[in-house]
Amino acid sequence: MSSVGSGYDLYVSTYSPDGKLFQVEYANKAVENSGTLVAIKTKDGVVIGIEKLVPSKMLCHGSNRRIHHIDTHIGVGVSGFLADARQLITRARSEAKQYRQVYGQPIPIKVLSQRIASYNHVHTLYGSVRPFGCSIAISGIDQYGPQLYMIEPSGSCIGYFGSSLGKGKQAAKNELEKVKFSEITTREAIKEVARIIYSVHDEVKDKDFELELGWISNETNGVHQLVPKDIFDEAEAYAKQALEEANM
Amino acid sequence: METPEWLDNAVNLGFDGGVVMGADSRTTTGAYIANRVTNKITPIHEKIYCCRSGSAADTQAISDYVRYYLEMHTSELCDDPDVKTAASLFQLLCYSNKNNLMAGIIVAGWDKHQGGSVYNISLGGSMVKQPFAIGGSGSTYIYGYCDSKFKPGMTKEECVEFVKNSLALAMFRDGSSGGVIRLCIIDKNGPERRMIPATELPRFWEG
Repeated sequence: MSSVGSGYDLYVSTYSPDGKLFQVEYANKAVENSGTLVAIKTKDGVVIGIEKLVPSKMLCHGSNRRIHHIDTHIGVGVSGFLADARQLITRARSEAKQYRQVYGQPIPIKVLSQRIASYNHVHTLYGSVRPFGCSIAISGIDQYGPQLYMIEPSGSCIGYFGSSLGKGKQAAKNELEKVKFSEITTREAIKEVARIIYSVHDEVKDKDFELELGWISNETNGVHQLVPKDIFDEAEAYAKQALEEANM
Repeated sequence: METPEWLDNAVNLGFDGGVVMGADSRTTTGAYIANRVTNKITPIHEKIYCCRSGSAADTQAISDYVRYYLEMHTSELCDDPDVKTAASLFQLLCYSNKNNLMAGIIVAGWDKHQGGSVYNISLGGSMVKQPFAIGGSGSTYIYGYCDSKFKPGMTKEECVEFVKNSLALAMFRDGSSGGVIRLCIIDKNGPERRMIPATELPRFWEG
């Protein structure tokens, strides 16, 4: 057999002899080819930033959004195939809606994350489906405070103070480790996220990119939204300046 | 034909940091007292209870369902559920089956987010959060009394007195209420149950 997985990668439901699921690993590769996502949780909010690679100059500004709202108090950032992620977003929205109808309360971020993770996980069990080619970062504020969860194609669901996905994942993680998550304010975190994304962007391989920033904090009254223009411009200017200083 | 058994009269009151629930103990089948020592204050979860009024069969079935759903929800949440969650489940069942049910339920309890809270689920399936709630056939006799005596921010023992007196008055005037008073006091430490025998009920003008 000539393929890389030597026959063990034809179905998600087949393990390789050393205990790997190749289809799931290929799904992770799809995420690694995508623009970098950086997320930081502070003591009163969560910020998600994405390096959105722009494939064509003719694309409208703001198209192919990678940050989406799920419920008023929840937003997600996606890395990987947008089309696959849309499936998860639709599912997340209906889970959030259903939870509200039954329990009369906003869905806790942990519960939503675990439900979406199970949805991802069932797509690793059957030969008739493929795993989703995307990972998502779920951010939000609920009764338990601000929350940040990462969900992978394998169906794992892990909570973080800060995390990253996509191309520049490793470099971004090295930067994130220097952040003091319990001291930083959400506004500072926005700047930090912007700076990290600008610093890990590879200008040689990917020319153009658009920064996308989403946040939720006490300042937004617990409502998830895209970062407003003034704060966004300030963060972007800070990031560009930091990059210039680093290059000097 | 079998007549439904009726449960009547419930008073529920939130105090600072908890709730006091109270009910009489009479279950009737027509004019016959089927049970004179009924316990109408039913546990839904560790710190969430409900007072049942209306058809005994209906309210028992509903609270069994809610107890089951809430247990499932607790395992998903990995935490104790809120009183509001329990009340919403009652509302869902009462509203979507309103044509086939006779159930007036008061849900009360303690959770770490809201402290003590009281929700009234009416016959039609509306859910209202109230500082205190009364329900069942006997409640009609004590609306005025409760309105005049209730004041926000009462202590636990003041609340117990309020509930006891209100129930005694209702049980005296209402034919389908009577027996003993059962109380359930819930705060962050959990529930405490009390029973006041018929011989020790508070007494008022009996003309």
